[in-house]
Amino acid sequence: MTIASTTQQICFAVLSLTLVVGAFGVVLLPNIVYSAFLLGGVFLSVAGLYLLLNASFVAAAQILVYVGAVNVLILFAIMLVNKREDLSAIPGLAVRRLLSALVCAGLFVLLVRVAFTTPWALPGPASIGEEATARIGEHLFSDYLLPFELASVLLLMAMIGAIVLARRDVFASDVITGEPADQGLLEKARTPLLTSKP
Amino acid sequence: MTLPTEIPLQAYLVLAAVLFCVGVWGLINSRNAVRVLMSIELMLNAVNINLMAFSSYLDGQLIRGQVFAIFVITVAAAEAAVGLAILLSLYRNRETVDMERFNLLRW
Repeated sequence: MTIASTTQQICFAVLSLTLVVGAFGVVLLPNIVYSAFLLGGVFLSVAGLYLLLNASFVAAAQILVYVGAVNVLILFAIMLVNKREDLSAIPGLAVRRLLSALVCAGLFVLLVRVAFTTPWALPGPASIGEEATARIGEHLFSDYLLPFELASVLLLMAMIGAIVLARRDVFASDVITGEPADQGLLEKARTPLLTSKP
Repeated sequence: MTLPTEIPLQAYLVLAAVLFCVGVWGLINSRNAVRVLMSIELMLNAVNINLMAFSSYLDGQLIRGQVFAIFVITVAAAEAAVGLAILLSLYRNRETVDMERFNLLRW
């Protein structure tokens, strides 16, 4: 994909601005639903950056998997556990936030320094541009065949694991105490097994 | 002031560094468990931006970084599914999503 360099720079500026603002919104907004929608915006702008880097296949995969699956999954989880609860105050929360912000700023400075002091082997070989999708296919079925097959096994394991972990209990009686189990929905209060004193 | 004609590689690296650091901060400081999972997704996306930038700038012919990014996306999808399932099961038992109260295994 060849577009004029000015257009490219404007696109990069707009996308990086949405990316950074969205990322800060995801971690800072008090309402978690807004955070989830902003996360979708972050995923979309990352897909735009991939398009700027001549990677149309990965951009499509990003939109399909992240926006279409992961973000919807997160919204469903928010919907299922969305109980309004007042979080109890913790002593020293502000100090903890400040300290971790300092650590993250230090990590950021380190990463930026590495990015600017490393002698990258630029310019590299010319980009293959539109042939990228065909090249990815060749990689997946020749030298990356084993990871590709392992990824399918991993997805199957994750699917079965998620079903086993998230399904409701269908036992007629409680396994531990022997009394009849309540088949309440997720939102209804159930006999908690692990609750310690609040 | 004249802008460089091409977007430099360092611009992508700095952008990914910002995203990664915001993700780390959110991971440490979030009290809602769903937000912790969102922060992990942010960090994974930062790593993917790095992989894609290196693949485009330094490895233009054999785009191995793009293949790696696809594998990272696959693993991230599996992680999100299992993580949210664990979260649902945890919510059923503890009836809260406050990270400070998930302290059963904490010394």
